[in-house]
Amino acid sequence: MAQRVLAVVAVFVFVVSAAAAEAPSGGISNIFAPESTPAKSILDLSVFVLTITGIIFVVVFSLLVYCLARFRAKASNARSEPAQVYGSTQIELAWIIIPTLIVVVLFLASARVIHAVQDAAMPAGAVEVTAVGHQYWWEFRYPKLGVVTANELHIPVSDPARPTPTFLNLLSADTDHSFWVPQLAGKTDLIPNHPNRMWLDPHRTGIFLGQCAQFCGVEHAKMLLRVSVDTPEEFASWVQSQQQPAVEDEKVAAGKHVFETTACINCHAVKGTVASGRFGPDLTHLMSRSTIASGAASNTPKNLRLWIENPDAVKPGSLMPAMKLSDSDLDALVAYMGTLR
Amino acid sequence: MSAIATPFPESWKLPYRGKVAMAGLIIGEAAIFTIFVVAYLFYVGKSLSGPTPAEVLETPIFFTICLLSSSLTVHLASKALEREKRASFLGMWLSTIVLGGLFLFGTAQEWHRLIYEHGLTVSTNLFGTTYYSLVGLHAFHVTAGLIMLSIVASFGLAGRVGVEQAPRIGVLAVYWHFVDAVWVVVFAVVYVLGR
Amino acid sequence: MSANAMVLENVQSSDRTWLETLHEWLTTVDHKRLGILYILSALFFLSLGGAEALIIRIQLIHAHNSFVSPQVFNRMFTMHGTTMIFFMVMPVLFGFANYLVPLMIGARDMAFPRLNAFSFWLSFLGGLLLYFSFLGGSGLYGAGNAPDVGWWAYAPLGGRAFSPGHSSDYWTLALLVSGFGSIGTAINIIATIVSMRCPGMKLSRMPLMVWLYLVMSGMVLIAITPLSAAQIMLLIDRYLGGHFFDTQAGGSAVLWMHFFWIFGHPEVYVLVIPAFGFVSEIIPVFSRKPIFGYPVMVAATVAIGLVSTSVWAHHMFTIGMNSYANSFFAITTMAVGVPTGIKIFNWIGTMWGGKIQFKLPMLFCIGFLFQFLIAGLTGILQAAAPFDWQLSLSYFVVAHFHYVIVGGIMFALFGAFYYWYPKISGRMLSEKLGKWHFWLFLIGFHLTFDLMHIPGLLGMPRRIYTYEPGRGWDTLNLLVTIGAFVQAVAILIFVWNLIISYWKGEKAGNDPWDAWTLEWSTSSPPPSYNFATVPVVASRRPLWDLKHPEDPDSRYE
Repeated sequence: MAQRVLAVVAVFVFVVSAAAAEAPSGGISNIFAPESTPAKSILDLSVFVLTITGIIFVVVFSLLVYCLARFRAKASNARSEPAQVYGSTQIELAWIIIPTLIVVVLFLASARVIHAVQDAAMPAGAVEVTAVGHQYWWEFRYPKLGVVTANELHIPVSDPARPTPTFLNLLSADTDHSFWVPQLAGKTDLIPNHPNRMWLDPHRTGIFLGQCAQFCGVEHAKMLLRVSVDTPEEFASWVQSQQQPAVEDEKVAAGKHVFETTACINCHAVKGTVASGRFGPDLTHLMSRSTIASGAASNTPKNLRLWIENPDAVKPGSLMPAMKLSDSDLDALVAYMGTLR
Repeated sequence: MSAIATPFPESWKLPYRGKVAMAGLIIGEAAIFTIFVVAYLFYVGKSLSGPTPAEVLETPIFFTICLLSSSLTVHLASKALEREKRASFLGMWLSTIVLGGLFLFGTAQEWHRLIYEHGLTVSTNLFGTTYYSLVGLHAFHVTAGLIMLSIVASFGLAGRVGVEQAPRIGVLAVYWHFVDAVWVVVFAVVYVLGR
Repeated sequence: MSANAMVLENVQSSDRTWLETLHEWLTTVDHKRLGILYILSALFFLSLGGAEALIIRIQLIHAHNSFVSPQVFNRMFTMHGTTMIFFMVMPVLFGFANYLVPLMIGARDMAFPRLNAFSFWLSFLGGLLLYFSFLGGSGLYGAGNAPDVGWWAYAPLGGRAFSPGHSSDYWTLALLVSGFGSIGTAINIIATIVSMRCPGMKLSRMPLMVWLYLVMSGMVLIAITPLSAAQIMLLIDRYLGGHFFDTQAGGSAVLWMHFFWIFGHPEVYVLVIPAFGFVSEIIPVFSRKPIFGYPVMVAATVAIGLVSTSVWAHHMFTIGMNSYANSFFAITTMAVGVPTGIKIFNWIGTMWGGKIQFKLPMLFCIGFLFQFLIAGLTGILQAAAPFDWQLSLSYFVVAHFHYVIVGGIMFALFGAFYYWYPKISGRMLSEKLGKWHFWLFLIGFHLTFDLMHIPGLLGMPRRIYTYEPGRGWDTLNLLVTIGAFVQAVAILIFVWNLIISYWKGEKAGNDPWDAWTLEWSTSSPPPSYNFATVPVVASRRPLWDLKHPEDPDSRYE
C-alpha cells in the first residue's frame, strides 16, 4: 500500500515538472512577476499568506500521515476495541484558539494592503484614462489629453521618485467586464451603472498582456488587452500623434467614400470626418495598433480584409455585422484603413 | 421489546410536526420577503423619472385595520375550536375571510387608482417595479391564505371540523399571523419609510 | 440480536408485473424509495453534467481549438455548473438524508411522506425542464437553445436585452421549480428531526450526521429562498417590463450579484455539511472509536451555518466595493475557516489512538481529509482580498471549488455509497472494483485539479472557449483534460460496481461494518416499516451499548 502511494506520488511529481518546464520564462501574464505597485503589494501579501498556509498544511498533513501509519489496525490487535475517548477540552480549546490567532494576523496583513491599494490618492502627475467595456472590445479615452483609442492602452512608465501612475475610471456600455493585466494590478470589474476606479504604476517599459475576466457574452474569450508601457518621451509622442485628426490621402478617396456611405459610420468614428459612431472602436489611428478585433488577430491587411468581409471568421459572434461589400469596394476600403496611422 | 433495557423516558413529547413545518416555511418565506424589502429600500429615490411615492401613495389605514383585525379573529377562532365551541369557531373563521377579502379589495382599488389615474405600472420606473412586486407578493400570499381558509370554512360549514382538527387549524392560523406580520413590515417600508 | 432485526411475515411479496412495480415506484411516499429515486436521478444528471465537462475539456485541450463553437461552449459550462450543483449534488444529498435520517432516529418515515414525494418530483422535473431547453429554447442571436449565461446568470447579461429568446428562462424556471422542491425537503427534514425521534433520543444523542442535516436544512431555508426571490425579480424584468436589474433604467447589476451570492455562498455549505456528516459517521466506525468531541462538532457546525451567511461578498472582491466592505468580508471569510478547520482536527482526534481499517469507505474519507485540507487552505488564500484580486475569475478559483466539491464532497459521497450500499441493497459492493475506482479517481482528480491551479496563477481567466498560445497554458490544459478522462473511467467503473453488485455482491447482513447507529439494527434492506418495534435509546451509540453491556456509552455521556 505504501509503495503504491509512493509510486503515484513519483509519477505525479514528474508530470508536474514536465508541465512547469513548458511555462515561458518570465511569464507573460504571471501573477508572480509583478511590474507595478498594486501587483507587487499583492505578491508580497500572497507570499506571506502562502507561507502561513504552507506551514499549516505541512503540520496537518504530517499529523494525518503519522496518525494513519501509527494507528492502523494490525492483525495482532484487530480483535479488541481501542480505548473509547470522547474528547478533551484542553486540546479542543487549543485548536480553536490557535487558528483564531492566525486568522487575526492574516486579516491585519490583508486589511493593510486593501487600504493601501484602494484608498490611494491620485498624485498630480497621474494620467487619467476612462476605460469603457463593450461587448467585446475596450474603449480608452484620455479626457485631459483629447485622445480616444481602443483595445491597446499606452501609458507612461512611472518613476518612484516622480510618480506618474495611470488612474483608470472603469465604465461599461453593456454587460459586466473585468480589466485584468496580472503583472500590473489585480483585476477590477467594469459594471454598467457602477463606475469603478483602479490604478497602475508600471516600473518598467514593455508590453503587458491581459484579457477580460468577467464573462460578458459569446466572445468574452477574445476581449484581449494589450498595455504598452512607454518611456515618457515615447508616451508624449504617442499622445501627440493620437491627438491629430485622421490622415487625409487623396489616393484612397474611393475607400473613404465606401466607408462614409455604407453603415460603417453608424458605429465607428474617424476624427476629422463625418464618421462619429460610438458603438464600435474609434478608427482614427487604427494602424497605430498591432492587433485588431481586440487582440483576436494581428493588424495586417489580409486579416483586416477578412475581418471586414466576414467578422465571424475571426471572432464568431462578435457584434460587427458582415458588410456584404463587393470585392472592389472591400479592397478600396482596406486601402483606406491602411492610411489611418 | 426495546433495543436496550434502559429506563424508558417517563414522558417523551416532541413538538407537533405541523407547527415545526410551518415555522420552517415561515423562515423561508421571511427570507424571500426580506430580499424584496431590501430591493425596495435600495431603490428608494433612485427612479430616473415617473411618479414618486410621495406623489401617488395614499396610506391604506382602513384596509390595514381590516387585515390586522383578521389576525385577532383567526386567533379567537382557533381558541374556540380548541374549546369545542364550533359555532364560535365558524363565526370567527368566516369573519377572518371577510376581513382578508376586504384587504384584497382595498389593494385592488389602490392599484386601479395608481394605474389609471397616475399611470404607474410595474414598468414605469424603479418605484413601480419594486412597489407592485413587494405589495403584489404579499397580496399573493394573502390570496393563497384565503383559499386555504375557505377550504377549511367549507369543511366547517359541512360540520366536519371538530376539536381533533384543532392542531391543524392552529397551524393555518400561524400562517395567517405571518401574512399579517409581513404586512406590518411592508406597510412601514412602503408607506412610512419609503415616502 | 435486537428484536428489530426480525421481519414480519407477509409484508413483502415479489410476484408483481414490472408495470405494477413501476407504478409503485412512481407513486411511492416511502422515504427509502424516494431516497433511492433521488440517488438514481442524481446519477443520471451526473452523466449529463460529466459529458458537458468532457466537452469543455476537449475544447480547451490546446490553444485556438475548434472542437465546439463559442456558443456551444458557453452553453456547456453554464449547463455543467447548473446541472452538477442543483441536479446532482443537492439531490444525492437529499437522497441520503431521506433514506438514512428516519432510520438513524428510529422513526418509521419522514414527517410528511406526501410532501416528500412532491418535493422529489419537483426537483426531478426541474432538471428535465432545464434539459428541455436544448430542444425548446432559443438563445442569443436567435440561434441556440440551452442557457449560456453562466450558472450565475449575472445581470444584465441574463436580462431581456442581452439574452433574448427563452434559454435563460429555462435556467430561471428550472431552478425556481426545483428550488421549491428543495425547500419542501428541508422543511420535511427539520420536522422529522425535531418531531419524530424515538424515545430517549434527545438532541444530544442524535448521530452527528443527523445534526449536520438539521443545520443544512435550516440553511437551505434561508439560502435557496434569496435565489428564488431574485429569480422572480428576473422574471418580472424579462416578462413584465420590470427594472430590478435593468441598468439603463437605474437598476443595479450589483444588486443581482448580492442576491445571488447571498444564496450562493451558504449553498456551498449546504453542499459540504452533509459530506461532513458522512465522514463523521464513517471515520469513527473504521477507527473503532467514537467521534472526538461531539459537542464541539455540533457547535462548530452551527457556527459555520451562522457565519457563512455573512461572507457572501468574497465572491465580489473585484466589483469595486469600498475598502471597508472588502475588509469586512475578508475577515468573516477567514473566520468561517476556524470552525471548519476545527472539524479536521476532531476527525484526526477520532482516528488517533484507534485501530484504523483501510476499507473502501475509509479510503475515500481519508482522501476527503487530505483534499478538504488543501481546499480549505486555498480558500483562506482567496480570503485575503488583495490576493483574490488576482485569483478571482481565474482558473485558480475553478480549481479551488472543484477541489472542495470533487475532492471533498464527491469523495465523502463515494465513501457514503460504499458504506451504506449494503444497508440499502443487502449486498456488499465489490472490493476489487472499488479499489480500481478509488485509485483511478484519485489519480485523475489530482492530475486535473492540482494542475488546474497553475494556469490561474499564470493569468488564465475562466469561462473562455479558447486561449492564446504562448502563455504557458497549453501543456497544463492538456494534462488537465487527460485527468478528466481518467476520472470519467473511474466513475464508469463505480456505476458498473453499483449495478453488478446488486446481483452478484456478497450478502451483507444487518451490520457488515460492526457499526453503532440505529440503521444497522434492522435488516438490509430494512422492511418498509423500518423497525418491528420502535427503539428506545440511552446514548449516542445504542448498538455499542448493546454489544458492550459492560461498558456502555450511557455511562460516560
